[in-house]
Amino acid sequence: MANVEAGSRGKVLVVDDDSALSEMLSIVLRQEGFDSRVCATGERALADFRDYRPDLVLLDLMLPGKDGIDVCKQIRAESGVPIVMLTAKTDTVDVVVGLESGADDYVVKPFKPKELVARIRARVRRFEEPAPESLSIGDLAIDVAGHSVTRDDDQIALTPLEFDLLVCLARKPWQVFTREVLLEQVWGYRHAADTRLVNVHVQRLRSKVEHDPENPEIVLTVRGVGYKAGSG
Amino acid sequence: MARTAAWVRRAVTIWRRSIQARVVISTLLISAVVVTLVGWVLLRQVTDGLVSGRTASAVAEASRATLDAQQRLSAASGTDFDSSAQLRSIVTRGSVQGYDVVLTGPIAGTSQAVAAGSGTRSTLGVRPDSVPQRLRRVVERPDRTGTSWTYAPIRFDSGRSSTPGIVAGAQLTLPADGGTYTVYYLFPMTEEQQTLSLVRRALVTGGGLLLLLIGGLTWLVTRQVVTPVRLARRVAERLASGRLEERMHVRGDDDIARLGTSFNQMAASLQKQIRQLEELSRVQRRFVSDVSHELRTPLTTVRMAGDVLHDARERFDPSTARAAELLQRELDRFELLLSDLLEISRFDAGAAALDLEDVNLVDVAHRVVEATRALAERRGTHVVVRPGPRPCVAEADVRRVERIVRNLVTNAIDYAGSEDVVVHVDSDDQATALAVRDHGIGLAPGQAALVFNRFWRADPARARTTGGTGLGLAISLEDAHLHGGWLQAWGEPGDGAQFRLTLPHRAGDRITGSPLPLVPPDARSPEIGGGYARLDEHPAGTP
Repeated sequence: MANVEAGSRGKVLVVDDDSALSEMLSIVLRQEGFDSRVCATGERALADFRDYRPDLVLLDLMLPGKDGIDVCKQIRAESGVPIVMLTAKTDTVDVVVGLESGADDYVVKPFKPKELVARIRARVRRFEEPAPESLSIGDLAIDVAGHSVTRDDDQIALTPLEFDLLVCLARKPWQVFTREVLLEQVWGYRHAADTRLVNVHVQRLRSKVEHDPENPEIVLTVRGVGYKAGSG
Repeated sequence: MARTAAWVRRAVTIWRRSIQARVVISTLLISAVVVTLVGWVLLRQVTDGLVSGRTASAVAEASRATLDAQQRLSAASGTDFDSSAQLRSIVTRGSVQGYDVVLTGPIAGTSQAVAAGSGTRSTLGVRPDSVPQRLRRVVERPDRTGTSWTYAPIRFDSGRSSTPGIVAGAQLTLPADGGTYTVYYLFPMTEEQQTLSLVRRALVTGGGLLLLLIGGLTWLVTRQVVTPVRLARRVAERLASGRLEERMHVRGDDDIARLGTSFNQMAASLQKQIRQLEELSRVQRRFVSDVSHELRTPLTTVRMAGDVLHDARERFDPSTARAAELLQRELDRFELLLSDLLEISRFDAGAAALDLEDVNLVDVAHRVVEATRALAERRGTHVVVRPGPRPCVAEADVRRVERIVRNLVTNAIDYAGSEDVVVHVDSDDQATALAVRDHGIGLAPGQAALVFNRFWRADPARARTTGGTGLGLAISLEDAHLHGGWLQAWGEPGDGAQFRLTLPHRAGDRITGSPLPLVPPDARSPEIGGGYARLDEHPAGTP
C-alpha cells in the first residue's frame, strides 16, 4: 500500500470525544506500531478521514453533535475501510444498529488493550499480500489477490470484511461453518463472542451478492449449525 | 336430542349472562300470573252477575207465565178438546216468548180422566228429558206451590247441540179433568254464553297486550341501564388489554352518566399512574444507560493505563510493580462487578430481551467445561458432562444460557473440593434440564433459598477467593425466568449441592416438571425437605 510509512503497521483514525481515552488509545496504538490521529467530534470526522486516509477507523458510538452511527454511514458510503466501533452499550438493538450502519466489528467498553489490538490487527492484516488465488462460489468468480468479486464480468463492490467472509466460505465449499468458527477466522476472535456480528454481516453480504436475498443461493443457512457456501 | 340440549345450554347461558333477559323474563312471568288471576276473578264476577240476572228474570218470567196459564185454564170450558188445546197453547206460547216449554202430566192420582191431557207436550225440537229428574221430583210433590228452578243443559232432538240454560217448573191444575200438570220453562242462556265468551276473549286479548306492554317496557328500561353497563364493560376490557386512552362516552347528567364520569376518572388516574411508572422506568433505564456510558469511558482509560503499567512492571521497583499488579487485578473485579450490576439493573428495568435460537444444552455444557478447565485444574477437580439419551435442544438465548451454566459450573468448582463436578443434561416432552452436582461442603438448611439473593454469601467469614461478584446466581435466576424456566438449588451439609436449570422447549411455555430430579439420586438422605428450595414457583414469564 502506497500510504503505509516505513515502520508503521497502519494508520488508525480515532474518533472519540473523550480526550483522555483518545490519548490513551494513541499511546497503546503507538506501542503496537500503529500511527494514529485523533478526532473529537462527529462533524469533523469525515474531513479528517478524507485528509488522513486511515487503514482503520476506531469510532465511538456516542459522540456529541453528530453521532457515531451517522459518521459510520458516511464513511461507509465512500469507502470500505474497516470500521471498529467502540460502544458502552451492549443491548442488542444498539449493537445491531451499529453493525447495520456499516461497522465491521465492535468492542465494548471497558476493553482490554490487547483485545482491541487483536481486533485491529485482524482487520488490517490484509497488508500481507495474499497469494494469487481464484475461487468460485455459485455464479461468482473471486480473485483473492485482486480483491475483486465478479458476476458475468460485472464487479460487485464488497467491503474488505464482506470479501473475507465470502472467501472464507468459498475456500471450503464442502464445510459448514459455525458462527464461532467464522468469528475466529474472519474477525480474529479467539474467545467465544457475539454471534450477532456474523448474522448481521451475512445479511449484508447477501444483500450484495444474492439474486434474491430472501432465498439465498450463495450463502446458505444451515439451521442450528451455521453457514455454508452454496453449491451453485 | 343434541339440538335440544344445545338450545337449553344456550338459553341457560343467556339467562346466566344477561341481566336484561333475566329481568324481562321474571317480570313477564310475575305479570302473567297476576294478569291471569285478575282475569279469572273478573270473569267470575261477570259470569255471576249475568247468570244471577238471567236467573231472576227467568224465574219471574216462569212465575208470571204459570200464573197466566193457570188463569187461562181456570177460565176455559171443561171440554176435553178445549183443555187439550189450552195445554197446547201454553206450550206454543213459550216459543213466542223465547223459551221452550215442556208440559207433563197429569201427576198420577190427581186426575180421574186421563184422556184429556195425558202424555208430554213440548215445544218443537226440545227433548223432554232436558228437565232433570231432581227438578221433576221437587215440582211433582203434591203440596208444592210456586216455582222451582235449576240449571241444566237443554237438549234438542236433532242437529242442535245442547245449550246451558235455566229450567223452571211449576204445577198447573186443569179444571177440565181436575188433573195436576207440571209445566217446565226452559230458558236457554245462549246470549249470556256469547257475552261471556266475548268477555273472555276481550280479557285474554287485553291480558296478552298488557303482558307485551310490560315486557317491552321492562326491556326498554333495563336496556337503558344495561347498555351503559355493557359499554363500561367493553371499555374496561379494552383498558385492561392496555389501550389506556379508551374512555366511556358520557351523555346527560343521570346516574348512568355519573357512573361513566367516575369510570373515566378512574381510567384517567390509572393511565396517569401507569404513564408515571413507565416514565420512571424509562428514566431509570436511561439513567442506567448513561451511567454505563459515563462510567465505562473513564474505566476504559484507567484499564488501558493499568495495562500499560502492568506490561512495564519489570522495570519498576518491587513495590511499584506489586501496585501495578494489584491495580490490574482489582480493575478486573471492578469491571466484572460493573457489568453484573448493569445486567441486574437491566432486568429490574424490564429491559432484558431474549435473542432466541435452538440451543443444544449438551453443547453448551461442553463449551463451558472447556472454558473452565483451567480453573478446575487449579482447584484440583474435574468437570464431567453426562448427557441423557434424548436430544437436549431448547429454544433459548444462547448467551444467557451459557452464562447460567458458566455460573453454576464455576460455583460448583469453587465449592467442590477434590471430587468431580458432574453436569447432567436430559430432556422430556416439555422441558430440557441441566443439573450441576458437586460433592463439596453443601448447603446448610434454609440456605438453598438464599443462594439466589443478591450479594449473598454462604459464609461471610469465608475469604473471597474466587472474586465472584455475588450477583452471578441472581442474574442466572433472572435469566432462567426470562425463558419461563426454573433455577433451583438443593444442598445438604457435607453431602454437596445440586443446582438444576429447567428450560421449556419453547421459551415462555409453562412447565410442570423437570426431566431431572432436584435431589440427586446419590444423595445420602434423599428425603424431600432438606435444603430443598423451590423459590421460583411464581408464574414464569415475569419481565
